[in-house]
Amino acid sequence: MKTDTIAAIATAMSPSGIGIIRLSGEEAFSIVDKIYRSKSGNKKLSECESHTIHYGYIYDGDTLIDEVMVLLMKAPRSYTTEDTVEIDCHGGVFVMKRILETVIKYGARPAEPGEFTKRAFLNGRIDLTQAESVIDVINSKNDFALRSSTQQLRGTLKQDVKEVRDKIIHEIAFIESALDDPEHISLEGYPESLSSIVMEQIAHVDKLLANSDNGRMLKEGIMTVIVGKPNAGKSSLLNQMMGEERAIVTDIAGTTRDVLEEQIQLGGITLNIVDTAGIRDTEDIVEKIGVDKAKDYLSKADLIIYVVDSSVALEENDYEIMELLQDRQAIVLLNKTDLESVVTEEEVRNHLDKKMIAFSAKDSTGMEELEETIKDMFFKGEVSFNDEVIITNIRQKNSLQEAKNSLNLVLRSIEDAMPEDFYSIDLMNAYESLGNIIGESVEDDLVNEIFSKFCMGK
Amino acid sequence: MPAIQENYDVCVVGAGHAGCEAALACARLGLETIIFTVSVDSIALMPCNPNIGGSSKGHLVREIDALGGEMGKNIDKTFIQSKMLNKSKGPAVHSLRAQADKAEYSKQMRKTMQNTDHLTIRQAEVSEIITNDKNEITGVKTVSGGTYFCKAAILCTGTYLRARCLTGEMITHTGPNGLQAANHLTDSLIAHGIEMYRFKTGTPARVDKRSLDFSKMQEQVGDERVVPFSFTTNPDDVQIDQVSCWLTYTNPKTHEIIRNNLDRSPIYAGIIEGTGPRYCPSIEDKVVKFAEKDRHQIFIEPEGLDTNEMYVGGMSSSLPEDVQHAMYRTLPGLENVKIVRNAYAIEYDCINPNQLYASLEFKNVPGLFSGGQFNGSSGYEEAACQGLIAGINAAMKIQGKEPLILDRSEAYIGVLIDDLVTKETHEPYRMMTSRAEYRLLLRQDNADLRLSKKGYEVGLISEERYNWVCEKEQLIEEEIKRCHEVRIGASKEVQEFLEEHDSIPLNTGTTLAELIRRPELEYDMLAPIDLERPELSYEVTEQVNILIKYDGYIKRQIKQVEQFKRLEKKKLPQNFDYNEVASLRIEAVQKLNQLQPLSIGQASRISGVSPADISVLLVYLEQLKYLNPDLFSKLNVGKEED
Repeated sequence: MKTDTIAAIATAMSPSGIGIIRLSGEEAFSIVDKIYRSKSGNKKLSECESHTIHYGYIYDGDTLIDEVMVLLMKAPRSYTTEDTVEIDCHGGVFVMKRILETVIKYGARPAEPGEFTKRAFLNGRIDLTQAESVIDVINSKNDFALRSSTQQLRGTLKQDVKEVRDKIIHEIAFIESALDDPEHISLEGYPESLSSIVMEQIAHVDKLLANSDNGRMLKEGIMTVIVGKPNAGKSSLLNQMMGEERAIVTDIAGTTRDVLEEQIQLGGITLNIVDTAGIRDTEDIVEKIGVDKAKDYLSKADLIIYVVDSSVALEENDYEIMELLQDRQAIVLLNKTDLESVVTEEEVRNHLDKKMIAFSAKDSTGMEELEETIKDMFFKGEVSFNDEVIITNIRQKNSLQEAKNSLNLVLRSIEDAMPEDFYSIDLMNAYESLGNIIGESVEDDLVNEIFSKFCMGK
Repeated sequence: MPAIQENYDVCVVGAGHAGCEAALACARLGLETIIFTVSVDSIALMPCNPNIGGSSKGHLVREIDALGGEMGKNIDKTFIQSKMLNKSKGPAVHSLRAQADKAEYSKQMRKTMQNTDHLTIRQAEVSEIITNDKNEITGVKTVSGGTYFCKAAILCTGTYLRARCLTGEMITHTGPNGLQAANHLTDSLIAHGIEMYRFKTGTPARVDKRSLDFSKMQEQVGDERVVPFSFTTNPDDVQIDQVSCWLTYTNPKTHEIIRNNLDRSPIYAGIIEGTGPRYCPSIEDKVVKFAEKDRHQIFIEPEGLDTNEMYVGGMSSSLPEDVQHAMYRTLPGLENVKIVRNAYAIEYDCINPNQLYASLEFKNVPGLFSGGQFNGSSGYEEAACQGLIAGINAAMKIQGKEPLILDRSEAYIGVLIDDLVTKETHEPYRMMTSRAEYRLLLRQDNADLRLSKKGYEVGLISEERYNWVCEKEQLIEEEIKRCHEVRIGASKEVQEFLEEHDSIPLNTGTTLAELIRRPELEYDMLAPIDLERPELSYEVTEQVNILIKYDGYIKRQIKQVEQFKRLEKKKLPQNFDYNEVASLRIEAVQKLNQLQPLSIGQASRISGVSPADISVLLVYLEQLKYLNPDLFSKLNVGKEED
């Protein structure tokens, strides 16, 4: 069975000593040939023995990326039973990403969720009894990909992609209705106008590639969620960490209507901080959306900071939160220690046994300890972030790039005076690539667009 | 009174375009076949537009012909005008369309049917299907009480089941043209567990040619050189005197009349319950939906040589008679028009085609097949190709052979049937070129190369014809090879030739193939500078030109097809309970249980089955290898070519 070549980061996204980028598929060796240079400069890995390790460098063209060890495994003696290459590089997140992007640039495709395991299984490499766990891996990783594509896209990205897609499908529908009903709809002079529309869309895609942090659609980092009941001081904590007033802070319970997301650097560690509306039963619909979202974020969090208002006695809402945090990586902040304490450490510990820090947003007490605690947890490996984020980002960047390539092919077809039906082939490819980013497939979009926008014959 | 009892191999119900192909296929394959029709005079009737072919439909006719069907031959005998549409566009969307002499079309088809061995024509309304205790088909019954036992039955009832025609407030319970409707069969089908839909469609008025002023319309003539539909027709035989069509337009006055009378339209008044097609809207739909347009094109097309009736293409309607008169008369050239037959809408029973396998056999009634408008499609060509496939597969079943299933990369027919049996249908389905993902490969010019082998294997294409296609294939291959090898030097003659054709002169020598790729040049044009060119027929050189010119795109599609085939080859078990597959989402289980897809590929096209579900299915299939080796080996899974 012929297979295309897939690639992914195989190690956890934590600051460990080494990171591993794995490639599997028919072109694994030829791809690595293009980017690997030995010290002497004349070793060709595809000609080396299976199961050998090679010292050298990874280059993207003339740019040196990292000093690496490359492990070669020829089919069928590998995990997936396909030709497999593992690149051991320095463990920094940035380096791993850069190498993964390079192998993709030279012909690999970002692996689908759980794809290595799936291939291994389908190639008979994994014991049958493990089938259920294989399915679980595929499902959970897919769930993530699905969630990220629908919910976690940055800002207006989803809307932007949608707009470009809408423009494209409209043009395809126009071409197709003219092809289906040439006597009613004419394409006279159309290539010129299409050309300028396509150029506009390329500009949009370029902007998306550039603006969204070098193509990254999802925030990479430790997803840190701040929870606590209304007015416990969550927003003030976020402001402290950010060093500026971002969330609306008032003394009225329930003023953070939606969740706020911020990214901060803490001693080289990236945290994505999410400030949630207080968890409590609420009848206020607007706020209820915020509360539901908060619970949703909680389930996805890598680390949770639970803010307790120590000046107010514990009640139903606190118990509910603590219940949610039982098996999670969490830190408890006893806030408002500048006021008279009603809640003690022991009282909280009876319900939730986690690291506890006395804190006051007013005079910055405990801020340093909080930072140290987070760093400590990270370096001990207690918290790490979901590496699916990175592969998802690269996948999406790849999709944007593919969309751009397809649009450029349309321009070329126009320049080469190709017949109009050829335009819609590449336009459709662009439409599909963009759909991958926002998790939408093609289905009957085209036929529906044709019928709703263009008046067909008979 | 003793009732008639007869035995046949196959019973075909309905003698429209689907029924004729189905019956001819079965009879030609040597099966004793009987075809029922409510009126022998209406065999292969064209109750709507007077043409065969058109964008993507022309492809279907070509494919029918390559598989050994009749439609292409019949229209070649009876057309009165012919055009290759989209000639200025790419070869993939070139499409033949011919105006038919309707009466002649019907007559010729009837003649062919009547002179086919093993084929019996019977005028009778079928009212029941008969099955055994396993719900397998054993025969059909007619209203008059006759019983016809058979091994397979094919339902091609078109628009006749519980048909009702509407013109404004006037409703008649008839099929097209006042023909008798078939009012009994639906109940029997429902009793056998078949799910029915109700669809609607419509047709414009026919008008008297003598009442038209053609000087106010634009003439539309046929092609100078006519290309036949059938690969077996000699092109010289179809160079006939052609008849013109005429173009006129609606105007704001027309639209005003329509708007003022919308409340009298049965659709807008809510009398019609059936679902109509969006691609073939009535004039009132067009005026409402595209309110910004102040005119619509109307084609006046002859219905035949021996009639004065003209078809008013673009103006189908279910408005009352008086409104029709008023609105038709607003059109330039139709000021004094006399209507011969009113426009009408027609409602009819059809099935949810998801109940069928891709072989067009019912999943829950073995031996029962169906084709055409009964399956929720629309159009003569769509009907004919389904009839042909249903007929072939009924025969294959009786002969104990594998069914003929064309996939989406092999034929428009494959796309059409896969869409019908896999996707949800909410309106009569029409073929469109945009529905074919691999249309660069599925051209009308290469239908014989794509499908003759299948037609030959089935038994509908003669050995002689098949050998010719093989020979043609080889000639094409050799000539392409030669074009890549022949060097064209930058000689004076060559440079002059290029300049003459507005092509950039050569810097250095190149190959003939490179020159063919230039947009302004073609294989045929290059003869003067290609000195050792062998003598080849146009059929061959046309392929050579296309395959070289669009090589890059074609290669890309071939690659996509390889990907597609990989999943098509992974077969899924039938009559399978997907609840047994752990981790499938509930929606996927429901859809998969209902549709019982034949392959992973088909499963992936079902709306509601996600990529994750497909991964789960792949893993499950792998498990099956060990858990149920018997079932697994039946599926041929894993038998993949490299």
